[in-house]
Amino acid sequence: MNELLKDILINVLLAAAPLFLWILPYALLAVYLERKVSAFMQDRLGPMRVGKYGLLQTIADILKLLQKEDITADAVDKKLFNFAPVLVFIGSYAAFAAIPFSSIYIGSNIDLGIFYILAVSSLVVAGLLLGAWASNNKYSLYGGLRTAAQIVSYEIPTAIVVLSLVIVAGTLNLKEMSEAQTANIFNWYIFGGPELSLKKFILIPFLLVAAVIYFISSLAEVNRTPFDIPEAESEIIGGYHTEYSGMKFAFFFLAEYANMFAVSAVITVLFFGGYQSPFGYLGNLLNMPWLIGLEQIFWFLFKGMLFVFVQMWLRWTLPRLRVDQLMALCWRYLIPISLVNLVIIAFISLL
Amino acid sequence: MKEYFQNIFEAISTVLVGMGVTWKHLFQKKVTIQYPDERLTLPPRERNRLFVDIEDCIGCRQCENACPVDCIEIETVKAVPGDDAGKTKAGQKKVFHVTKFTIDFSKCCFCSFCVFPCPTDCIKMTDVYEYSEYERDRLKYNFSAFTPEEAQDKKAKLEQFEKEKAAQKAAAAAAAPQPKPAAPQTPNTDNKETLS
Repeated sequence: MNELLKDILINVLLAAAPLFLWILPYALLAVYLERKVSAFMQDRLGPMRVGKYGLLQTIADILKLLQKEDITADAVDKKLFNFAPVLVFIGSYAAFAAIPFSSIYIGSNIDLGIFYILAVSSLVVAGLLLGAWASNNKYSLYGGLRTAAQIVSYEIPTAIVVLSLVIVAGTLNLKEMSEAQTANIFNWYIFGGPELSLKKFILIPFLLVAAVIYFISSLAEVNRTPFDIPEAESEIIGGYHTEYSGMKFAFFFLAEYANMFAVSAVITVLFFGGYQSPFGYLGNLLNMPWLIGLEQIFWFLFKGMLFVFVQMWLRWTLPRLRVDQLMALCWRYLIPISLVNLVIIAFISLL
Repeated sequence: MKEYFQNIFEAISTVLVGMGVTWKHLFQKKVTIQYPDERLTLPPRERNRLFVDIEDCIGCRQCENACPVDCIEIETVKAVPGDDAGKTKAGQKKVFHVTKFTIDFSKCCFCSFCVFPCPTDCIKMTDVYEYSEYERDRLKYNFSAFTPEEAQDKKAKLEQFEKEKAAQKAAAAAAAPQPKPAAPQTPNTDNKETLS
């Protein structure tokens, strides 16, 4: 019994540690990238003072956040208030477990992969709502309500699009999905999947629509501009994290950036070949099989970061939507279109 | 129904247009100037901190009179024979020792009025604009070449000279009584002397 427990512990650590080792440096990099991208799009230079080209800026920021006083206001519900940032981070961190980074590394190769990710990332809503409620602040509560309304609404088109992909792929397991898209770029699901037949070409436009819908609704799920009404600095100060300071605030921040990568990873796996290289592997060419796994990690992170960049690009391009526009976009456009799309894809797959 | 698809089309196309604009800006030349490292070149007639080339100053006090906020303070002592005040760079002989020349930059309004009347062009605007201080007193710049002791010395010398002159005059006056009756012959020169 003791041996078994030990085994489980070791396995959990082995599965979880690399994820953590990736999320932290990624968050530092992403915050830096975000500031640089925003600056460049506004013809500024962005951080330039700390280190070469400001490369150490985020590290300095983290140190500053660590030193800051951890303010807990008198009127807050202390237990929930302290637990909320942790819950939010658990939600986004747990989603990473089922993401296949490479054929040699996947946190947990479960058959319910994509379903698990959808389920667990909903935990973020609970955390945000908890933090908003516990803050005992009207702006926080507004933010929390908006978050709940938004994320719950946008989960529907996400789920429907994922369902249509599951129909095409025939599996919920993300690793199997990635494996199916191997060999070359035209086997990716955005180009109709690996099966070479008439079906493939008829499917392409519908899968394209599905990809766009998934991208839009995932943007809304991670509370990014143009769907950042839950935070909306100019309207409700900071939304759910108005009352948070210091390290707890940093946790919300970290969770947001981790979430950004999680949805980018999911869109990569679903539509853009997962960890597969678009043009064969150097490892095969040089007859070094161990290289393939590393290359796959590179391609996966590269594609993920590409979509993170697109998210930033959109953030600094578009203004924030109004609440009614946000709901109209979801209920009047995304859900009907994705539903019709699902039916059509299902029909084509039956052919 | 038509409106519905129109909306979708418009949304996608306008978003793409916007993304194109921001993409272009990614590679545009940045407008930021990394201030302490690089600076804008100032226009040729910029007005910042004043500088006084005290060597050229002849103590005419025109800048002091022109100053609308009275930030310039000048004190001059007439040079005595034997203790020359020197010459300006242009070769003009200086009549005064400028024993005190302070400009209070906490008062200065950078109007440049003091620059124009200066006959020797010794007070002028520089391109220095970073001279903030922690104490207000330190904004009072002293341009005089003399220390207070030296200034005191010059004053003492002048006093001495004047005393000697007075003594000489008194002596001359005492020695003069005999030729005095002859003096009325040249009243003009006498007048001139008293005038000067």
